[in-house]
Amino acid sequence: MAKPNKKTKPAADGVLKTPTGIKGLDEITGGGLPQGRPTLVCGGTGCGKTLLAMEFLVRGATQFDEPGVFMSFEEKSDELTKNFASLGFDLNELVGQNKLAIDYVHLEPSEIEEAGEYDLEGLIIRLGHAIDTIGAGRVVLDTIEALFSGLSNEAVLRSELRRLFRYLKDKGVTAIVTGEQGERTFTRFGLEEYVADCVIFLSHGISQQIATRRLRIVKYRGSAHGTNEYPFLIDSQGFSVMPVSSIGLDHPASSERIQSGIPRLDTMLGGKGYYRGSSILVTGTAGTGKSSMAAHFVDAACRRGERCLYFAFEESQNQIIRNMQSIGIDLGKWVAKGLLQFQNARASLCGLEMHLVIMHKAVDRFDPAIVVVDPISNLVAAATEAEVKSMLSRLIDFLKMKQVTAFYTDLTSTSGSLERTEIGISSLMDTWLLLQAMEGSGERNRGLYLLKSRGMAHSNQVREFILSGGGIQLRDVYIGPGGVLTGSARLAQEARDKAESLMCKQDMERKRRDIERKKTAIEAQIVALRSELEAEKDDLDRILAEEKQRDETLASENLDRVKARQADTAAGLPTSSAKTGTGGRK
Amino acid sequence: MTNAEHSSKKPKTVEAKWMLRLYVAGQTPKSLTAFANLKKICEEYLQGSYQIEVIDLIVNPTLAKDDQILALPTLVRKLPEPVKKIIGDLSNTERVLVGLDIRPIL
Repeated sequence: MAKPNKKTKPAADGVLKTPTGIKGLDEITGGGLPQGRPTLVCGGTGCGKTLLAMEFLVRGATQFDEPGVFMSFEEKSDELTKNFASLGFDLNELVGQNKLAIDYVHLEPSEIEEAGEYDLEGLIIRLGHAIDTIGAGRVVLDTIEALFSGLSNEAVLRSELRRLFRYLKDKGVTAIVTGEQGERTFTRFGLEEYVADCVIFLSHGISQQIATRRLRIVKYRGSAHGTNEYPFLIDSQGFSVMPVSSIGLDHPASSERIQSGIPRLDTMLGGKGYYRGSSILVTGTAGTGKSSMAAHFVDAACRRGERCLYFAFEESQNQIIRNMQSIGIDLGKWVAKGLLQFQNARASLCGLEMHLVIMHKAVDRFDPAIVVVDPISNLVAAATEAEVKSMLSRLIDFLKMKQVTAFYTDLTSTSGSLERTEIGISSLMDTWLLLQAMEGSGERNRGLYLLKSRGMAHSNQVREFILSGGGIQLRDVYIGPGGVLTGSARLAQEARDKAESLMCKQDMERKRRDIERKKTAIEAQIVALRSELEAEKDDLDRILAEEKQRDETLASENLDRVKARQADTAAGLPTSSAKTGTGGRK
Repeated sequence: MTNAEHSSKKPKTVEAKWMLRLYVAGQTPKSLTAFANLKKICEEYLQGSYQIEVIDLIVNPTLAKDDQILALPTLVRKLPEPVKKIIGDLSNTERVLVGLDIRPIL
């Protein structure tokens, strides 16, 4: 959808341009309308030609200090003044300041008789006089085609129109000429033949009973321009065109992380939460808690002092605030502080493009850090799937360009694969959370899966998602021999597990005690044996000592005996005693 | 010439029943033709009871807006009411007569 052929730099391409001051139009045209040349604005009835032309003059007078002449062939000056007062343009004031001149050209065929040759010099003089009087740089002729119904001589008219446009070019004024759409031509009387520099086509398409206004630049001589049909909006601030289709894929990527408002979820998201400026999608069947997650995210952001914009297509502001109070989130106080703004609208209120335009305007005005769209699936009510996808991709691009973190919820139908978004935009998302109802043992529980999260190591675990009075809580689901269990089944299983483990523990304790006891007994035995051994050892020592004593006594007795016998002096005392000693030991 | 006529308002009859204004822009061939044709018709049908005022829009451009002049030359029948407009060089006498609502006097 996004075409890269748009030039954002004004007057980058040779042709001098006059900025219109109309939101978005200058971006599409790359700076404005061709300066000093006429531009044709054509389209069907009620598509906003006059408004575009008038706003061009009003903005010129107020923003660019360039007075303008409005030559009307259809509406009288006071009618114009009245009509534009409703858009906040005070034409009388501008006329009073000589910044605007309105000239109503009255043409009533029945009052005019044609008798012979004529030209439109009168018109040119009139226009010239008006331009010179206020020093106008801008001129609008609305709708000059009225001349064709007022005057019958078409040949003269055509040549005179050519002269008129040449005159305008010579004057160097930037002009807008409006023209009613013809059956097969851009204008009923072929004005595009004379005004060849720039042609803007406005249309008012209706699809599925919803009207969308669109603008297209058919031609812009000597300049690049956006070629798509751009939706535009007419509201109390006038005309605004959304050059949304022209957004490319060159948005910045922040590495800043922001919390999701659910601590456990942050842990799952690589421990830090989402990336700032990323797109987060939460899908799930009805009642799985998508909006609650959004509320948590908003709450966390508001706590950080960031501004949030909440687009709700299903619930009213009060309803959301009330409902979120039940899970302990008070969004009302953030609204009161001005940090949170709700934009509630039914999806079928207007066309998709219009929704996009409204969103653009709201985002531009409020300048939020976070945008919540709840839910995107509802937009399908306003258009076909392909259109929704194209619109959303543009919305995503737009928000990414602005570094706004976007949080989308999407209701998936119960039938069919859950890992499929209604609109097939999951590929555009950076983080995708899936909330799934898990049925079992007579209850429905919510499971949270993190299907993808670009650029971070994220958890692969299923978490049970519990909505309590204190907000969302994430629990590990029971994964064990009994399978994946949630809710009371998980609690029961956990209790069972606990009992089992307790029993096991007690068993172990008993065994440990047994062994302890055994150990003590054995140790006692060891002590007894050891003392027995000691006793025996003592006996042995005693016997040995007695024997020694006996030996010594024996030896001394021997010596005494030798002495007594007066034995030869064969040996000294020590020798004999040593000999005897040795012998005695043997 | 136009300027001269503008001031002279030639046939100054006492009761100008017909008040005619011819808007031109300078002395173009067309405006000269128109004036000549008008003169001729008036002399023929409204003798003595008409008054012609020639207005040059180059001199008085504001009048173009005030009198809703678009094409030139334009002849405006100011009196008798209602105001009628005839555009062109008035070469088609028949249409001028219809436009001024003058029936040929029998």
